[in-house]
Amino acid sequence: MFKTFKIGGVHPEANKLSAAKAIVDAQLPKVAIIPLAQHIGAPANAVVQKGDKVKVGQLIGEANGFVSANIHSSVSGTVSKVDLAVDVAGFKKPAVFIDVEGDEWLETIDRTDTLIEEIKDDAKTIVGKIKDAGIVGMGGATFPAHVKLAIPEGKKADFLIINGVECEPYLTADHRLMLEKSAELIVGVKILMKAINVTKAYIGIEANKPDAISKLTDLCAKEQGIEVVPLKLKYPQGGEKQLINAVSGREVPSGKLPIDAGAVVQNVGTAFAVYEAVQKNKPLIERIVTVTGDTVATPSNFRARIGTPVAELIAAAGGDVEKSGKIISGGPMMGKAMANLESTVTKGTSGILMLSEEKAVRPEAGPCIRCAKCVDACPMGLEPYLLMQYSQRQMWAEDEANHIMDCIECGCCIFSCPAKRPILDYVRLGKNTVGKIIRSRKQ
Amino acid sequence: MEIVLYSVIALALLGLVLAAVLYVVAQKFKVQEDPRIDEIVALLPGANCGGCGYPGCRGLASAFVSATDISGLKCPASSAETMKKIGAILGQEVVESEPKIAVVRCNGSCQNRPKVNRYDGAQSCAFAATLSAGDTNCSFGCLGHGDCVAACRFDAISINPETGLPVVDDSKCVACGACVKACPKGIIELRNRGKKDRRLFVSCVNKDKGAVARKACTAACIGCGKCAKVCAFEAITVENNVAYIDFEKCKMCRKCAAECPTGAIHEVNFPPRPPKAEATEEKPVQTNA
Repeated sequence: MFKTFKIGGVHPEANKLSAAKAIVDAQLPKVAIIPLAQHIGAPANAVVQKGDKVKVGQLIGEANGFVSANIHSSVSGTVSKVDLAVDVAGFKKPAVFIDVEGDEWLETIDRTDTLIEEIKDDAKTIVGKIKDAGIVGMGGATFPAHVKLAIPEGKKADFLIINGVECEPYLTADHRLMLEKSAELIVGVKILMKAINVTKAYIGIEANKPDAISKLTDLCAKEQGIEVVPLKLKYPQGGEKQLINAVSGREVPSGKLPIDAGAVVQNVGTAFAVYEAVQKNKPLIERIVTVTGDTVATPSNFRARIGTPVAELIAAAGGDVEKSGKIISGGPMMGKAMANLESTVTKGTSGILMLSEEKAVRPEAGPCIRCAKCVDACPMGLEPYLLMQYSQRQMWAEDEANHIMDCIECGCCIFSCPAKRPILDYVRLGKNTVGKIIRSRKQ
Repeated sequence: MEIVLYSVIALALLGLVLAAVLYVVAQKFKVQEDPRIDEIVALLPGANCGGCGYPGCRGLASAFVSATDISGLKCPASSAETMKKIGAILGQEVVESEPKIAVVRCNGSCQNRPKVNRYDGAQSCAFAATLSAGDTNCSFGCLGHGDCVAACRFDAISINPETGLPVVDDSKCVACGACVKACPKGIIELRNRGKKDRRLFVSCVNKDKGAVARKACTAACIGCGKCAKVCAFEAITVENNVAYIDFEKCKMCRKCAAECPTGAIHEVNFPPRPPKAEATEEKPVQTNA
């Protein structure tokens, strides 16, 4: 019997079109546009200027504060300008523009494929290296990894959970990584275990990836304390709190962090990046991006450098922009519809999903009949229909009292709503506003 | 017959006793309220728009009555006449202030500002503003989902279906400021009504560099500063690539509007320009505020 989380959840069609496609290297871009804000927290400060020559792996943006991350050049060439560039949403954010010349890497980076199993560094050095490498949560949330690994005073991690769930339909980046870089991944897990000083780690994988489950289970058989946990198919199992519940049965209290339940959760992509940073001295300069959808000729998994224009990846996979009704950065459930195609791959771009007009269009909303399907579906045990109506009426105090801040924005409410009401839209609005109110209260 | 008599007497007695109880209770727990509050409430518009900063018209009326100095209090929706009457009730002098009106500082109509994507989320500017920069390349302009329309208690603002932009009705707007607060982009501003409702303002808040702004919208202010140069009253400042006309200093000479290369400066309710100004003839006088 496979495990899963207790409350709520939905079953969207998996549509893993690119699951059998091996990861291929994407072409180097001609101009790389590397945003300085690719993570949650303060944007990095640029440390290069126009005209500077940079090599692959060179620091170009310095973390600005504790919750921030370093940014490294993913290409070699000349900095043409440090200017504003449009992001996925159409907002203009500071970025470093680099004209690519050749592919010259920093000498300190070990580019060989040899597996280095022995972990020489101690916990403090490991976290330091992770911080220097600018590693963030690769699942899409882009929370700086070193912050999660810094266990607050008085709290203790009991175990590490590695998130290989990939419950978002269409996306296969983590799946391919688990298959192709299994050995490296396991070393990455061991490094993370050492960093937070735990002896137990679980790798949660959903049952629709039997090849990944069997491969990692075989590898873990000879490892101490690492266990692969196959999970029943259910969205949003990849949510941190849901995964902790599914794997360990523990519950993260409302308003608290996973560490309060004794767990630290990291994505498989993060674990692999940690391996590369600690063992190979390689900063986070590339990631796996799934380009998929029903208007893509050959759904593919690319290893793309950060800063590669999204349009180039779409072209490489044979995506038809004209026929697409929506192009989404990320998966269909939690991804963000792109406002333009000028943006580039960032540390959080797990996929580019192109959907045809019929699939993408949002039907007209009907009235709410209080059927409570959204209440059943909500994995956080909230009442989405109620939160939506409070937000529509700008009743922020009631929103707060009904735990709107616990919402993880997974979209199960909209998915389950028979009237197709824009529930999450308004809940997000409420969450934003209540968040602002709470922050202003603290000051 | 007897039963009718007894019933009438019993009910009458019961009524008298209860009336006495009610009278005693009403006297004992009487709420002492200044009668002037009711008088002032009767004068106020009763829309409870919150433009004054108090919870509804009654809230403002109580504030009026309890304040020792009423110079800081004002119902933005009431006329100067009403304010004078309120002053008379309280026996205090009311400082007269220039009547104001809301102006929408965006001219990004469908024609001027081409759409680059399609938004199909909730019809709420507040939400759309958190999600993306909008469906055009201008990340500062009007989103057009009508949060200002929903916020207006005086039915004074509506979305023009042709341009997709909000239009303020001169005769209905009382400048309560509800739309200003509702607009997540900060496009709407309260400006002096001016003589004969004439207004002159920069109808753009795009802070992008000139070329970027112009590419996104043909009617954008590109921050060229020509208007500031031509202004004889130092009323125009250019900051962050966008010009702003200070309505306290502006003398409504309209030289700036004639100079503006993109037509971003709007003149409202002015008579047509004299024909001698040939050079500016091509530009139609804007009448949508």
